[in-house]
Amino acid sequence: MNRLPRRLVGALAIGPIAALGVFYLWPFATLLAEALTGGAVSDTLTRSQTWDVVWFTFWQAMVSTMCTVAIGIIPAFVVARFEFRGRRLLVGLLTATFVLPTVVMGAAFLALLPDSVDRTVWAVIGAHVAFNLAVVVRVVGSLWEHLPTDMEHAAATLGASRRRTLTTISLPLIRPAITAAATIVFLFTFTSFGVIRILGAPGTRTIEVEVWRRATQLGDIGGAAVLSLLQLAVLAVLLVWSTTAQRRHSRALALEATAPRRRPRTTAQRRFVALTAGAAALVALVPLGALVARSFSTPTGWSTNAWTDLGRVEVRPGIRVGTDPVEAIANSLTTAAWATAFAVAVGALASLAITAAGRHGRLIDAGLMLPLGTSAVTIGLGMLITFDVDPVDWRASWWLVPVGHALVAVPFVVRTCVGVLRSVDPAMTAAAATLGAGPVRAWRATVVPYLWRPLAAGGALAAAISLGEFGATSFLSRSGGETMPIAIEQLLGRTGTTLQAQGYVLATILAAVTIALVVAVDTIQGIVDARVTGE
Amino acid sequence: MSETPALRVDDVHVAFDDTSVLDGVDLSIEPGEIVALLGPSGSGKSTLLRVVAGIVMPDSGSVHIGRTDVTRQPTHQRGVGMVFQDNQLFPHMSVLDNVAFGLKMTGRPRPDRERIGRDWLERVGLSGFADRRVTELSGGEAKRVALARTLAPGPNVVLLDEPLTGLDRELHDRLADELARLLRSAGVTALLVTHDADEAATIADRTVLLADL
Repeated sequence: MNRLPRRLVGALAIGPIAALGVFYLWPFATLLAEALTGGAVSDTLTRSQTWDVVWFTFWQAMVSTMCTVAIGIIPAFVVARFEFRGRRLLVGLLTATFVLPTVVMGAAFLALLPDSVDRTVWAVIGAHVAFNLAVVVRVVGSLWEHLPTDMEHAAATLGASRRRTLTTISLPLIRPAITAAATIVFLFTFTSFGVIRILGAPGTRTIEVEVWRRATQLGDIGGAAVLSLLQLAVLAVLLVWSTTAQRRHSRALALEATAPRRRPRTTAQRRFVALTAGAAALVALVPLGALVARSFSTPTGWSTNAWTDLGRVEVRPGIRVGTDPVEAIANSLTTAAWATAFAVAVGALASLAITAAGRHGRLIDAGLMLPLGTSAVTIGLGMLITFDVDPVDWRASWWLVPVGHALVAVPFVVRTCVGVLRSVDPAMTAAAATLGAGPVRAWRATVVPYLWRPLAAGGALAAAISLGEFGATSFLSRSGGETMPIAIEQLLGRTGTTLQAQGYVLATILAAVTIALVVAVDTIQGIVDARVTGE
Repeated sequence: MSETPALRVDDVHVAFDDTSVLDGVDLSIEPGEIVALLGPSGSGKSTLLRVVAGIVMPDSGSVHIGRTDVTRQPTHQRGVGMVFQDNQLFPHMSVLDNVAFGLKMTGRPRPDRERIGRDWLERVGLSGFADRRVTELSGGEAKRVALARTLAPGPNVVLLDEPLTGLDRELHDRLADELARLLRSAGVTALLVTHDADEAATIADRTVLLADL
């Protein structure tokens, strides 16, 4: 066998495994211990306030999910079935909304809604719907476009009206996709943190917000730990249910490669497509438009002051507020640079190890995906309570926040790279061996070169994640070290239009940078796909 | 002509993205007549069938079923039945539920539907298949189910879009005979699209070339 020496695979794997152990598993164990000692469990679970929070978290997530699915299914159909100008742009727009940092989305809705509605649960639900529309459109749409159009025609020739065709044929057949999309949306809205911190009223707290409040405002670490474990348990149950439900309802469909999309032919069809696409585009564009507009608006009219005076604001002559927007931008850039470096280094080693190690690789792969299933707030809390005693009192270390961000980003880097590395034809390595290359040499010549481009895409993704990260940062960031999302939350929470306008300026900048990074990721991945498939 | 034709297509034009597919097509079928429409693939045969079914709207021209002008009527109100080339059985329903689907749409009560459905399964030689999943059927069985599903509600006109294409020779010939027998015994008016002249001769009373219409 022409296999890589074990020592090399071990050397590749040791770094990622150590990082996972120190910065994820250990904090998680601390969290578990904290929750299980000193009667925290019974204290927390017998408090009626806890169940109020759990109930609120549940119902707002349920309503958000149902609204998102009900609204998203229409553009999903249009995107799957019709070919029209701007179709790809529309999907891109919705996706761009989805990848925006949660605080930016919260800020956008705060900017959009009148004062009487913002900071209510309805504002929160509205933001959740707009945010997650892309999930439904993409997940449901991608199954729908494989459903043969003639299946619907067959129902019509048997006398089924359009509504009955939808309810008896199309919806039952795309049900697995609807379940999958609903699960994802529920997961995101159940663990909603940034949106609620910006938009929620004092009484509207999700479990995530309550974890943060207990840990950082009330000093009740035990209670916070219990709540984060409770949330984890709920999510685990949900995932198990969703997986079985999807398996039960998935059909052996004779799916077409892609059912041909047609241009709308009748006037009614053209109107329907235009109306749906227009409405969906508005959902994506209007909140962002409001965000930009508010950064230029003052009580006396339009002004560029918030942009030009960024960082030079004095509440009264000589008195400045604690949050410095310019410093926040600098902090964010430094943090993102280091977080990207950490995530890329760990992700690259891990991806190579995973693909080289065969069966053991799957174990490393699964381990590195764990942080993805844990909310950022839980990760932040775990790190906060673990690294606060000598000799590991790292709370003041500059690298703790970037490491937290990297932990959230590594799964994305690994996913981007592993797929590409796995698709490298083993015959190429074998060919190199027949030409006289030893195992390591052959691997370096045929596998490693494929790492760089997906790694670049993963790096850009890591940078975007770090720039927008709010959950873990809420625990780990220290005064003076605020990143942009933290500064946005602080500025928008203050009274006074000048400060708020600056919050909107920061949110606009963050939105623009994030979208630019995600477009870069998309472009790089397009090139990677083309290279791998040899087109 | 003494009788009103069962199906009449007058001067139908269809163009997709400025490419003309049907250019002034006329066709008339008598009640109980089985007509085969012959032509090379890509010549617009299937499009004509879809115009009759109401799946494709003609740019101009008209379609009459019996005395009714159905040109602007939606598919489900036309009373046509259609057998698709790839059957398009509903994968989430049993064989019987597939066959009885059209009857359900007309509001027939369940006992009726089941009786008629089972009767049709017997006629196509599939009694005992009622509770099977359609995904477990062989090619020939699936084709028979598709046919039973189309005929069960008693459509005014049956449209068959290359129903036997893609089957192996032996099965093809056997099904062609069976199809001819079934359509005749049901006494339906049918329009069959095919590119196989032998198949047309076996099944149809009259063969027309699309190019001549």
